[in-house]
Amino acid sequence: MVKRHNYWIVLVTFIVALMLTAMPLPDWITVWRPAWVAMVVIYWSMALPQRVSIGTAWFLGILLDVLQGSLLGQHAIGLAIVAYVTVKLHLQIRQHPLYQQSLFVGLLVAVYLSLIVWVNGIIGRPPQSWSFLMPVITSMLLWPWLFVILRDVRRRALIS
Amino acid sequence: MTVDRKMDYLETVRSHLSSVVYPIQYLVNLPVKVGDWMSESLEARENLLKENAKLKAQNLLLKTHTQKYQSLALENQRLRGLIESPIRQGERVLVADFMAVEQESSSHKFILNKGSKNGVYIGQPIVDSSGVMGQVVHVGASSSTGMMITDSEHAIPVEVVRSGVRAIATGESIRQEMRLDYVPPESDIQEGDLLVSSGLGGHFPEGYPVGKVSEVSLHPGDNFMMIKVQPVANLAKAREVLLVWPSVSDVDIESDPGKVATR
Repeated sequence: MVKRHNYWIVLVTFIVALMLTAMPLPDWITVWRPAWVAMVVIYWSMALPQRVSIGTAWFLGILLDVLQGSLLGQHAIGLAIVAYVTVKLHLQIRQHPLYQQSLFVGLLVAVYLSLIVWVNGIIGRPPQSWSFLMPVITSMLLWPWLFVILRDVRRRALIS
Repeated sequence: MTVDRKMDYLETVRSHLSSVVYPIQYLVNLPVKVGDWMSESLEARENLLKENAKLKAQNLLLKTHTQKYQSLALENQRLRGLIESPIRQGERVLVADFMAVEQESSSHKFILNKGSKNGVYIGQPIVDSSGVMGQVVHVGASSSTGMMITDSEHAIPVEVVRSGVRAIATGESIRQEMRLDYVPPESDIQEGDLLVSSGLGGHFPEGYPVGKVSEVSLHPGDNFMMIKVQPVANLAKAREVLLVWPSVSDVDIESDPGKVATR
């Protein structure tokens, strides 16, 4: 079979994730917004660790920083660490059932959010409550769906 | 990250990257724009007529005010000429729209749809119909990021209209208001006093309303008063804002305007 290069699909999912992150929502929901970009990074660095890895995650993080108006590098270092851990453990995580993957995703997202909040604390914007960890819960709940959708996308596009 | 916080080198990188991000912002903003357009074009005729009549009346009122204002401005210029103080020219303004793009929740920032193509620069004052909103902190080619006066990194020199007492209003992100720092207890400031930008520092133009004093208290043993200020601009509801180019003679005072009003 001729090998097709459909890697633009990966780019499209990243752009959609960035859009979902920037989409305005009512205040009470904003706190619960899942960490879309982190989740998509986790999926692709698990499925295609040789293609999507720390570099991609870092660049995506820089874009997210520009989009969100945060310090350049804040999201970048968080996503790079997320990608690093996922790439290191991708063979293990792939074997786990979806709910166990969810736990892993929750843990990674918690680390990622804590890093961002930690940096914010250093520059004099301490968090006002523990609500910054809410996205961990929504990310965990949404992971199975995201996983299934992205897997279908990947199979349709014949990326491996 | 440290470099970004402490130095300006990365500002160019950020402004180039923001052109990359702009399509995303545009796409996110699109549904809101379309919704606005729909509701505008589908509005009933009577409503439009009513609104038109209301606006006409308001326009008339404003016009009469302007007549008076012009004669006052002329008189002011003449008097300034008499005492040989520099004459201030009018400011140039540009209307900009908010883009419905979510920003980091810990800071009070917003995206405007005008950028360096329109001559927007870093540190430019942003006002809305009722008062000062904030200033520009990042500029991209066709969009820019503004910081509200309630952001904890923002500070603006102000003056009490009633007594002329000067102070610096610093943002309080958490409570969406501002406070006045280092005001000695004997200063003449009361609840309800209107604060306007003092123009000191040459960064914000003089005389724009900034906030109203909502609470004045002095704890025994403290050296300074605790003063809370509510912003007068519609920070939460604004859709359209004005970008102001202060008159040249005001800016010349300060050689490095970028560092004056941000702490």
